[in-house]
Amino acid sequence: MTRPLLIENARIVDPASGTDARGAVLVENGLIFDVALNGPVGVPDGAEVINAGGLILAPGLIDMRVFTGEPGKEYRETLQSAGDAAAAGGVTSFVMMPDTAPVVDDGALVDFLIRRAKATSKVNVLPAGAITKGLAGLEMTEFGLLQEAGAVCLTDGRHSIQSASLLRTVMSYAANYGMTIVHHVSDHSLTGEGVMNEGLFATILGLKGIPREAETIPLARDLQLAALTSTKYHAAQISCAGSVELMAAAKKRNKSVTAGISINNLALNENDIGRYRTFFKLSTPLRSEDDRQAMIEALRNGTIDTIHSDHDPQDTEVKRQPFAEASDGAIGLETLLAAALRLVHSGDVELLTVLRAMTSRPAEILGLASGRIAKGAPADLILFDLDYPWQVSEREIRSRSRNTSFEGARLAGKVMRTIVGGQTVHTHED
Amino acid sequence: MAQASAATATTTPAGSSGDFPPFKQRHLLSIADLKQHEIIDLLDRADAMVPVSRQERKSHPTLAGKTQINLFFEPSTRTQGSFEIAGKRLGALVMNMSVKSSSVSKGETLVDTAATLNAMRPDVIVVRHSAAGAVELLSQKVGCAVINAGDGAHEHPTQALLDALTIRRHKGRISGLTVAICGDIANSRVVRSNLLLLGALNVRTRVIAPRNLLPAGIEHLATEVFTDMREGLKGCDVVMMLRLQHERANGRMIPSVREYYHFYGLDAEKLSFAKPDAIVMHPGPMNRGVEIDPAIADGVQSVITEQVEMGVAVRMAVLDALLPAGGHA
Repeated sequence: MTRPLLIENARIVDPASGTDARGAVLVENGLIFDVALNGPVGVPDGAEVINAGGLILAPGLIDMRVFTGEPGKEYRETLQSAGDAAAAGGVTSFVMMPDTAPVVDDGALVDFLIRRAKATSKVNVLPAGAITKGLAGLEMTEFGLLQEAGAVCLTDGRHSIQSASLLRTVMSYAANYGMTIVHHVSDHSLTGEGVMNEGLFATILGLKGIPREAETIPLARDLQLAALTSTKYHAAQISCAGSVELMAAAKKRNKSVTAGISINNLALNENDIGRYRTFFKLSTPLRSEDDRQAMIEALRNGTIDTIHSDHDPQDTEVKRQPFAEASDGAIGLETLLAAALRLVHSGDVELLTVLRAMTSRPAEILGLASGRIAKGAPADLILFDLDYPWQVSEREIRSRSRNTSFEGARLAGKVMRTIVGGQTVHTHED
Repeated sequence: MAQASAATATTTPAGSSGDFPPFKQRHLLSIADLKQHEIIDLLDRADAMVPVSRQERKSHPTLAGKTQINLFFEPSTRTQGSFEIAGKRLGALVMNMSVKSSSVSKGETLVDTAATLNAMRPDVIVVRHSAAGAVELLSQKVGCAVINAGDGAHEHPTQALLDALTIRRHKGRISGLTVAICGDIANSRVVRSNLLLLGALNVRTRVIAPRNLLPAGIEHLATEVFTDMREGLKGCDVVMMLRLQHERANGRMIPSVREYYHFYGLDAEKLSFAKPDAIVMHPGPMNRGVEIDPAIADGVQSVITEQVEMGVAVRMAVLDALLPAGGHA
């Protein structure tokens, strides 16, 4: 038995219930025991009391798309270093992509990862199982055994399945187990050798472009197959106005399709690439400012369900290359919350809406008990200062890789304390 | 314009850097980096270099004791040769390095190569690479001047300078002319540098190509965009043809060479739409019978071999500007 924990004098912001009010939360045995709003609270005997001093108390963030280097590329990121980065960023659970060496396409690996993460990571690591063996896009994996081992969803990570008939089969079979298919939509033939958004800026830089249709065409296919197979489908990350139109139309008919977006596509645009800055080389690519604005609107009106970091550690060897030859990806666990709060500070999106996309919506899509401040829910909580100003510095990054696309960025909003299962795993030190 | 007084002297050959105000750029990476007056300055310097290569003893050793490395990740006979002759006529020690592949899987990265060469203390590195931005990346890792000899489909600044010099010597001016560039606009670094340079000098620029070979947003970079060659050539002072890579005419991008030539190959009939005194240019190497009729390539309006001569002058001028005797102020 651990001591009860009382967090009082907090601004409780809980998107699941729509709460934004002063109150206190009592934690016992790793779970939320009671939530008291606008009223006096009794302090149980022996309780540890934290005076939040008016800071926001919210559910810990659930990040639906995180790549690690363990197993196989531990020099880029381990479960431990990813956990440290997540804790500092207020992410109390993350879905780990199966793009490791070996690929997480076998129940035994899921089991290993869960045990390994429990032993080394400060936060909850939720392994996703690969849809296809070796992420090769050819043969399906053992969905049932992956689920029994603890896989929270099925995805081929940064890979995109090209065959419509294989997708139909895997969606149909996933529905058998009630598992969500999370799919990165990218048409290989249209993407071709493209390395950034197609348009004037790519032309000026002399780089091959990726048309928006490389995303919208496979998305349209997926949404039709999801309806055909009655499966739970989550478009891993969308980036352009055309995809928003497709999602909005599909959602009118089908409640079990959802969409995510990388924080990069909400906070940045293709102009950030500047003169070949490879930390902004991403897959899904950064699009135009018009697209970014369309994505913000889609977040506001609920067409986009979730925001994730797309945390993708890459070392300098593969990043310090000519743009077209550099690897895709940027880290993001430590900057996810503050970058998302930019949308709140700019007045574009309500705080509850932004937090919902990183707490209760991912929990609903993945069937998790966390992501809310309610009696009986896991005590995965964050205390954060909405206005705390800070500047991102590569030197202070906890991740083993330093490929942040927010280097030098001035952000407002900082996690002061992160609690996982009732235990404080991170406190901010000035 | 050319420094006529210096050109007449034989003991102090033409175009020595002392005749011009110091050139403020450390590298020549792109035309986009240059201001209008810097472009004109380089053209003037190049003009003054032309006589050096026309005299019997083609020596103008302002770079004596300096080391120039030509680092070519892509094969190029004419550009590499042009830079080599330019450096040697200026008295530099010139070393040619051809690197077959830049890919990581085959060993050293570009940045590693840069560090290795830098340790040999060159004064200037001339770089060609298949990836856009690669030359700029390399320039950030070395302590000497870097000249972009072509990076992917991005820029080829000395080509645009030699084209402009050729135009200016023939037309007596650049500003106010109409210049059409025709061919594989999408994949050409020559086009980007030329549109930037000519745009900076108030030229009316046109691009002419089938839609497949026009990159997104080109209408913002050229004054006018044409898909019909006759329309595009109407009233032009200069016709620049681009090389069509054979592999693009295999049915995946363009159906065939003969269809391409029929609609976009420069022959006498199409050229007749341009001004009667229009000049015909080509950056080389040419595909006679693909993008240009041999009779036109070798005809009276062609200035293609003169472009090659101006290439040496421009590269001498650039080397001289970046490596002034006594170093930068």
